[in-house]
Amino acid sequence: MPELRTEEFQVNMGPHHPATHGVCRMILTMDGEKIVKIEPVIGYLHRALEKICENRTYAQCIPVTDRFEYVTAMSCNQVFAMAAERLAGIEVPERAEYLRVIMLELNRIASHLIFYGVTAMDLGALTPFLYGLREREAIIDLFEMTCGQRLTYNYIRVGGVAKDIPKEFIPKCHEAIDVITEKMSDYEGLLNENPIWLVRTKGIGVMPAKLGIDYGVSGPVLRASGVDYDIRRDDPYSIYDKFDWKPAVHQNGDCFDRYLIRLDEIKQSIKIIKQALEGLPEGDIKAKVSPNFKPPAGEVYARVENSRGELGIYIQSDGGKKPLRVKMRGGSYCQLQALPYFGTNCFIADLVAIFATLDIILPEVDR
Amino acid sequence: MTWPIATAELFPIFSYLYELLESTGLPQPWLAIVVYTFLAVVMFGVLALLALFLVWWERKIAGHIQQRFGPMRHGWHGWYQTIMDAVKLLQKEDVRVATRDKPVFFWAPVICFVAAFLAYVTIPFGEGLIVADLNIGILYVMAVTTFTVISLLMAGWGSNNKYALLGGMRSAAQVVSYEVPMVASILVVVLFVGSLSMVDIVQAQAGGIWNWYAFRLPFGPIAFCTYIIAATAEANRTPFDIPEAEQELVAGFNVEYSGMKFAMFFLAEFVNAFTVSAIAVILFFGGWHGALLPSWMWFLGKTFMIVLLLMLFRWTYPRLRVDQLMEFSWKFLVPVTFVNIIIAAWFKYAGWYW
Repeated sequence: MPELRTEEFQVNMGPHHPATHGVCRMILTMDGEKIVKIEPVIGYLHRALEKICENRTYAQCIPVTDRFEYVTAMSCNQVFAMAAERLAGIEVPERAEYLRVIMLELNRIASHLIFYGVTAMDLGALTPFLYGLREREAIIDLFEMTCGQRLTYNYIRVGGVAKDIPKEFIPKCHEAIDVITEKMSDYEGLLNENPIWLVRTKGIGVMPAKLGIDYGVSGPVLRASGVDYDIRRDDPYSIYDKFDWKPAVHQNGDCFDRYLIRLDEIKQSIKIIKQALEGLPEGDIKAKVSPNFKPPAGEVYARVENSRGELGIYIQSDGGKKPLRVKMRGGSYCQLQALPYFGTNCFIADLVAIFATLDIILPEVDR
Repeated sequence: MTWPIATAELFPIFSYLYELLESTGLPQPWLAIVVYTFLAVVMFGVLALLALFLVWWERKIAGHIQQRFGPMRHGWHGWYQTIMDAVKLLQKEDVRVATRDKPVFFWAPVICFVAAFLAYVTIPFGEGLIVADLNIGILYVMAVTTFTVISLLMAGWGSNNKYALLGGMRSAAQVVSYEVPMVASILVVVLFVGSLSMVDIVQAQAGGIWNWYAFRLPFGPIAFCTYIIAATAEANRTPFDIPEAEQELVAGFNVEYSGMKFAMFFLAEFVNAFTVSAIAVILFFGGWHGALLPSWMWFLGKTFMIVLLLMLFRWTYPRLRVDQLMEFSWKFLVPVTFVNIIIAAWFKYAGWYW
């Protein structure tokens, strides 16, 4: 019998593909169903956000940062505001800090709920998507109640927050987190012990901790590989050091752990929100800052832990009212650049699972 | 000759039409051709309606599982939504890829559609409501439904698209692997009935629920479980819908099809789901047998229950990976079905049981 001749072939996964969560293109070299090589091609969503920031005053930059990573737009607001405050030496009132933490953590929960739904959908289970988005809706309603926006909030401003929360916010917030706490068992029940889910995610796409550190991966993806590193605790910003919580860490670094860690983070975020709601002081919500304030010349790098890892902003100032240079650093970019090194040698279906559990969001990659 | 769909009592208009036809003095072979053409058209109409209903029903069920309503706008609970969808698909442009393999690309949906409907030649919808009671009934159904895989492979190849090709290859591998446990679980029933005819199989389960093979311990339930798993895979439904796998292969084999050709694949998929459920009812749930209501209502009711089961699978489970799918078939289902059938044959030979 003559030997069958096989050859590798290339498949373009994206820029339009249901599982790439945006416009990511990956050139896959495939040997049948096995992936031999991954080559991410980025830049389809490049909007020159950094350059746009250079032509605006600091206050005008905040709405631009909303577009940087729109799933957790609050943390983008926060990191830019923090950088500008450090640059100009602005003190933020305590009530504003509490409100910021509440919003950031609510936004983190919303982001992880989307992750839960989308990951399940990428693995073929269509129902969890609707479940995840249902509870997210309650959180989005809270944001809408506070700042009038559902996706791009423009809420956290330099020196504080834009508006105080309305009266009904606190009871509604308690209600929302109670519902989410209750529904967590639904989420876990639907997938955690589902045998198909387990074979699809356990041991798939293991990212070694060293590889992750080498490529700058951070956030839940790195913590799922056993690295106990959370900027909220290790480089405390805002008032995170006042609360009793601890970052979730898992050891295996496979898709299942990356999935579990998000559910654990939701629980931790709920803990933080509860404490913050209890300790919410009265007072000002915004320091007095001129709209066209001019920070002294210098440079600053601020970073926060958002749901995709380290979100950093570097601002260089020449003493004018506009930043001289802005550089944004998103977790998704690093995760995508590490992907070719641990995502190969698996099936195309596994790549979808890995890509989903990395929770990459393309606007953050392309900026 | 008499009407193959015999129930003139049920539909008196049939016998009236037949007498009218006979009075024209048409010779026998022509008469048969006219009658069977008429039957084919009737069956086609019924099945198209069933498929449309199933699409609507699936959307409603999916909606309610997912805490939404599903179609609500067109009529009461959107009852004519799928009809509007079909009309929309009919009007759509038939996009044809320039690099396609022309004949293969064209014939793939046709074969898929025809193969899906062929099985209904020998499926009894009720007592006497069968087009032709073939003595190789179940064998025939197994043979023609497997035609579907050829069409999927053709669609994958003819589209000249890598995703479609992967989908076609997957479906070929999948159907070939799951055909084995499916047939082996059917054989248990055939073994005990001693006939391949659909009518004989149903008649063997007459006389109460405990005569249905699904409840005859121990082989019946095992055979039913293995059958329903294999049938889900045969009908390309989640968790075994890897040929389509929209998150991996965009839409798999039908990625390049649009308009009516896509509708043919789509309807064929639902007809297939109905076919495997109907066979499950015939083999394991006593076919048309039931009390009080007319036999065809029992048959349809039971079949819809099995379809409901398939839908529940679809909307609660994630999808298996292609190699895990094969492993599951060859390492688990095939051994289980074979052990089941060997022990059942032994029992039958010894005359111990059943």
